[in-house]
Amino acid sequence: MAVTTGAYVSEEVFERPPLQTRLWAIVRAQPLGIAGAFIVLVMVLSALFAPFIAPYDPELNDFGAMLVPPGASHLLGTDEFGRDIFSRLVWGARTAMLVGFSCALLGSTIGLLIGVASAYFGGKFDILLQRVIDIFIAFPSIILALTIVTVLGTGTQNVIIAITIPLIPNCARVVRSSALAIREIPYVDAARALGFGHARIVLRHMAPNVMAPYLIMMTTFLGQAILAEAGLSFLGLGVQEPIPAWGLMLQGGAQEYAESAPWVPIFPGVAISLAVFGFNLFGDALRDLLDPKLRQQ
Amino acid sequence: MALARKRYAIALGAGAVALAVAGGPALADSPKMGGVLNFVVGSKIPTYDGHRESTFGMIHPIRPFYSLLIRVNPENPQSTTDYLCDLCEGALPSPTDDGKTYTFAIRKDVKFHDGTPLTAHDIKATYDKIVFPAEGIISSRRPQYSMVDSVEVTDDYTVVFNLKYPSGAFIPALASPFNFVFAKKDLEREDPEGKDPLYGMKWHQTNINGTGAFTFVQHQPGAFVEGARYDGYHHEGKPYLDGFKAISAPKTAVRLNAIRGGEAAIEFRGFAPKQRDDLVGALGDGITVQESDWNCQLLISINHKKPPFDDVRVRQALMHAVDRWSASESLSKIAIVKTVAGIVFPSHGLAIDNDTLKTYVGFWPDIDKARDEARRLLKEAGAENLTFDLHNRTVDMPYRILGTWLIGEWKKIGVNVTQAGVATSEWYAKHRAGSHDLGIDANCQSVINPVADVGKYTSRSSNPANYSHYEDAELDSMHDQLLRSGDPAEQATIMRAFEKRVLNDEARYGMTLWWNKINPHRSYVKGWKIAPSHYLNQHLDQVWIDEG
Repeated sequence: MAVTTGAYVSEEVFERPPLQTRLWAIVRAQPLGIAGAFIVLVMVLSALFAPFIAPYDPELNDFGAMLVPPGASHLLGTDEFGRDIFSRLVWGARTAMLVGFSCALLGSTIGLLIGVASAYFGGKFDILLQRVIDIFIAFPSIILALTIVTVLGTGTQNVIIAITIPLIPNCARVVRSSALAIREIPYVDAARALGFGHARIVLRHMAPNVMAPYLIMMTTFLGQAILAEAGLSFLGLGVQEPIPAWGLMLQGGAQEYAESAPWVPIFPGVAISLAVFGFNLFGDALRDLLDPKLRQQ
Repeated sequence: MALARKRYAIALGAGAVALAVAGGPALADSPKMGGVLNFVVGSKIPTYDGHRESTFGMIHPIRPFYSLLIRVNPENPQSTTDYLCDLCEGALPSPTDDGKTYTFAIRKDVKFHDGTPLTAHDIKATYDKIVFPAEGIISSRRPQYSMVDSVEVTDDYTVVFNLKYPSGAFIPALASPFNFVFAKKDLEREDPEGKDPLYGMKWHQTNINGTGAFTFVQHQPGAFVEGARYDGYHHEGKPYLDGFKAISAPKTAVRLNAIRGGEAAIEFRGFAPKQRDDLVGALGDGITVQESDWNCQLLISINHKKPPFDDVRVRQALMHAVDRWSASESLSKIAIVKTVAGIVFPSHGLAIDNDTLKTYVGFWPDIDKARDEARRLLKEAGAENLTFDLHNRTVDMPYRILGTWLIGEWKKIGVNVTQAGVATSEWYAKHRAGSHDLGIDANCQSVINPVADVGKYTSRSSNPANYSHYEDAELDSMHDQLLRSGDPAEQATIMRAFEKRVLNDEARYGMTLWWNKINPHRSYVKGWKIAPSHYLNQHLDQVWIDEG
């Protein structure tokens, strides 16, 4: 009887509801996450289709239209070089996404590999690696990024490197804690007993099982990286003029014209806030969905 | 904004009228004695030694403690030829010996702040340090005195400069505000520990003993320098102030707010147009604005060592693309630049006239025609899809603004440029190493001395400040002739040929716009007149405070 009941219950549990129902359930369970996903989607689409959306060349100086307020000819106004702010925001999304996704992907992936390897090998290797990570974590991320960009120089590529490096130890630390639990699961011992190499065990058997923290860290990093890029550009150490970048748009003239032409700093500021907000909401929702404990709640 | 502009117009208009009609605010009223002038300084003091340093961060707080042999006329600092005796007596001496000997009579009523009387021996010791520095002693402007053969003392109050050849560049060089006159006994001080034989020559890096209008009170590093009136000052009745306080404020916003809030009355280097408008908008008649052409220019260094910039057609094409005339109007609204001119300071007698300038590469008034020519030249040179980096400083005003403007101009002829902004130390290092493509370079001088200033464009092998990295024997020869010419007409002829070769025929360097100095200050500050350099007219003996 007990067996029959068990079989019956088991059948009910593993029957997957239709996709539409599942999506609706997610929308109902994570409305803020959906809002975040929507913001992220808008940013991504802006970045992808910038040449078709932007009405003006974002780098075109037009001194006949300096500091024009928002209106019909320039939706969000122009800056001190007469450049269309809306066009620069749309193209700036491309810079933000490029830096954001590159840093998040690189930072979390390298962190994943280091974290899993550290947990898998354990012993002195683990202790040594964790102390190195401690050193990196001891520095505030932005200070570390500033130091790196000062050494490497400015430019998009160097900014990506500078932002990625501080992200790696954060992800490695989180992933390691998950991987430590996985290391004790018998299938890892089984893989070892079958004579698989370390690389195969780490990459094919352990890494896929820490995807949840990996994905959560990656989405969190996206917002952080966009914010860091904006910060570095704001300090004049990031992307250089005339490349459209949101942080850069807040630098220089934006401070000077904050009172007399408030549209110059307001719109890029809003774009940065929205992007970070969107990615954070999306990341939180993803964490709730992927974490079994939170999912049960 | 509109209100601010209107107020600014009133303030500037009033200032201009005062300058034009009455010869300046100082002459409009009788100077009043007393008061302490607080001013803000946006840079640091590396050392107190004027012979060694080149920064306004040192000049503004330290210059009031010292005197010079001769100086730019404080009442007429806009003139490029009006010099007066400071420590010498009477009128400036006329040269003898076919222009090769200058004899200066030294004042007998001057004492250093420590009570030591000044003699011709102090002048000689000072200029020996500047012109013939001992090994290990830095004299930043030594190359400007290449015409000086010797300095000799004929009696206690007569000093003679013997030149190798007559030179129109000598007197302006002598008036450099960095030529602080030191006491011979200080320069000959011996190291108490007996270790450093150059101890005396370095003594002024950390000590102050001058003959200037103010005596040194204290220096709190990173905070302020304080000076008090020197009662034994040699210019009778001066200074008017009881003292001054030079407040260190590296951030522009802090300096601006210090003036706005009344903690400081003036900043002598200058503000951007928008900051001027903000101050005038906030304080109205409480602010007076003085403006002037500035003996500073950002240049476009074109690295001749790197192809295709070794091709004159490419260099000319890049210069043709830039519309300087319209930029003069637009950029002057957002940056401290304004005047279009050649390599000589705009109002100097040796400066090029606009009609001739408009025939030069990069200055054609018909910008469409110029850009067509630029495209043709690039095509002819096989450099149609040119891309390169513009090496620049990460300093907004005006470096990055001009960099951004230039990139936009080059884009209009299909050239794609990336701005590579770096910190100042790297900016210098890369320029010196010649590892850049094109760069934003600067030529900022104090006394208007075109013959010396255009030394910037001579060959790299003899001129480390040439960041275009070229060798041009013809330019070197012309510059040598310039240095040796005492006749203004001859100088003008040589200068035109020199300039045409630099800008037009070879496009060795590119011009941007000459800087525009903007000094909004509290209206109660009187007697200070804007000079065409932020290094000049900073002795403060003529400044007074009129607070009713």
